[in-house]
Amino acid sequence: MGSPVSNTPNHPDDRDAPETPGTPELSGTPAVPHQAEAPAPVEGERTRRASRKVDRIDRLAELTARRETTTGAGLWVEAFRRLRTSKMAIIGACIIAVFVVLAIIGPWIAPYSPTAQSWRGEVFPNRGLFVGPRGENWLGLDHLGRDVFSRMLVGARQTLMVGVVATLIGFTVGALIGGVSGAALVLGGRAGQRIDAVIMRFIDMMLALPSLLLAVSIAAVMGQSLTTVMIAVGVVQIPIFARLLRGAMLAQGGSDYVLAARALGVRRRRIVMAHVVPNSLSPVIVQATLALATAIIEAAALSFLGLGNPDAAQPEWGVMLAQAQRFFDQAPMLAVYPAVGIIITALGFTLLGEAMREALDPKLRS
Amino acid sequence: MLRLIVRRLLQLIPTLVGLSVLLFIWLHRLPGGPTAALLGERATEADRRQAEALLGLDQPLWVQYGRFLRRLVELDLGTSIRTGRPVWEEFTMRFPATVELALAAMFLAILIGVPLGYFAARRRGGWLDIGAVTGSLIGICIPVFFLAFLLKEVFAVVLGWFPSVGRQSTGINATDVTGFHVLDGLLTGEWDASADALWHLVLPAMALSSIPLAIITRMTRASVLEVLQEDYVRTAESKGLHQRVVRLRHVMRNALLPVVTAIGLLTGGLLSGAVLTETVFSWGGIGSFIRDAIDGRDYPVLMGFILFIALIYVLINLLVDLAYSVIDPRVRVH
Repeated sequence: MGSPVSNTPNHPDDRDAPETPGTPELSGTPAVPHQAEAPAPVEGERTRRASRKVDRIDRLAELTARRETTTGAGLWVEAFRRLRTSKMAIIGACIIAVFVVLAIIGPWIAPYSPTAQSWRGEVFPNRGLFVGPRGENWLGLDHLGRDVFSRMLVGARQTLMVGVVATLIGFTVGALIGGVSGAALVLGGRAGQRIDAVIMRFIDMMLALPSLLLAVSIAAVMGQSLTTVMIAVGVVQIPIFARLLRGAMLAQGGSDYVLAARALGVRRRRIVMAHVVPNSLSPVIVQATLALATAIIEAAALSFLGLGNPDAAQPEWGVMLAQAQRFFDQAPMLAVYPAVGIIITALGFTLLGEAMREALDPKLRS
Repeated sequence: MLRLIVRRLLQLIPTLVGLSVLLFIWLHRLPGGPTAALLGERATEADRRQAEALLGLDQPLWVQYGRFLRRLVELDLGTSIRTGRPVWEEFTMRFPATVELALAAMFLAILIGVPLGYFAARRRGGWLDIGAVTGSLIGICIPVFFLAFLLKEVFAVVLGWFPSVGRQSTGINATDVTGFHVLDGLLTGEWDASADALWHLVLPAMALSSIPLAIITRMTRASVLEVLQEDYVRTAESKGLHQRVVRLRHVMRNALLPVVTAIGLLTGGLLSGAVLTETVFSWGGIGSFIRDAIDGRDYPVLMGFILFIALIYVLINLLVDLAYSVIDPRVRVH
């Protein structure tokens, strides 16, 4: 079983994707790699027969596997292959990887406590006296005498959390609403059209509301906290995801394979779940990647408006940036560090998102 | 065409009415009421009740909403609980400031973005292209309020080239005609007032234009790249048409379609999204006023302002659709 049919040197890609054995042009010659695997052809006939049997099993496994993958993964596998050759995607992925690793290990490798005001006696914000980078504190001290480098490291985790949770909220709720709407429209007949119309009017209302004001009023209801920021930023993204998924499903709904499935009498729910939704997900996933960047920036904006985490001792880049604005005249670098952190992180998600958009664009597929 | 416009306008009514109901319920659910902010912390429970009765806040919500609707039909948005002035007056006082800022930002974004995107596409891979792509990526990723701060610090505080806050210098005594300071100066012939207002506009407009500029540049570039590969462009070129004709009539007209959509939607977003820039530059537009209204639970102001912004947003959407069918004869919306 375990003989990898596709382990020929001209297809190194497949080593990372063992669940999709063999590209079509290779599957016709499964015997080639077996010569390498059975180096001692001494036992003659028996080995040959055995190997033929192995071949048959392999071939069967391959065919079953392929049938599984071609339903949904074909597009993704190819997109992934193209992503790996895209410079944009690689840079973006590297930035994100560094950011995620920092978010995980940050609290452990931080040289000092991010909340301890250990050098309180050396900083006098009201007299404009700040301490810049030095051997002890690589990025200097903030206005309360805390080590900025440690705060940046620890803050990465909160920043990532805010972005990811907010986007997850927007993605889940938005995709659910958009999915229901799209499914109703594609297969629900006249009643479905009505359901879709009602949902879409609701989404239009959400879109017509100014997003930042929506976020501000949510923060007003829920009080000031990090959870509020996540929910506020996430809610703003809901209509975007909903419209996107619905639009994509609508486009898929008119395609030939849906017509074919209906003609074959496939149940509606199955058509939606197995055909329409998987093929409509790519723009939504691209949007989710891009939304991560927006979420981090919007969270910073809410912090700037004074609606962020009330416990300002807990480091988070948005809060740090908002706080540092007050001392911009005397210590501009205090604002620049978190700002650069936010910009680079947002850049990483944007680059990857854009590269994914290109990779998934059917027009650009070879 | 006219029938289409009328039908689309009629379709707006249920959306807006629905929005007003939701908004009404939502706002009145905000914890704390306007009376808490009005009377201060030392007010007794009796004081609070009396104030609520005075404002009609003690009645059931649907009665209050009915009153709001009845007034709305008479084009009366009510009176601000905080300032005691009519909501409409508060609005017309501040809205021109926001519109002026948003239009200036949009103007900058289109003026730079469209040509930049076009030339980046024509010389794909060149230094201009790389610069435009990189710049627009950074433009999207930089927090607007940080950019605003940066511009203010560098060009207003350190270099002193531009004023740092407000819409007008204190010494200027301009006549108020439309509320748009730049336009007012031109109308009344007060050139220095106009120039002064324009001077104040530069930095906030630059900060606010960062995101639309980035998006317009990228969209124009992508769109032009796509159109340049079309058969009709090749045909036009091989027919020996003048380069300028091909560029304007064949390439730009087709490439600008998606850009027009984006411009419309971005303008709608700018009207409401200027809160951050307005805060940094103490601009005195509607953004900061709505924020204060939320803090003070000023229901009439919030209802009036937000509904008005929503109305403008959906109207812009409608305009975009109409513009689409004018520019592109293929898209005659049914």
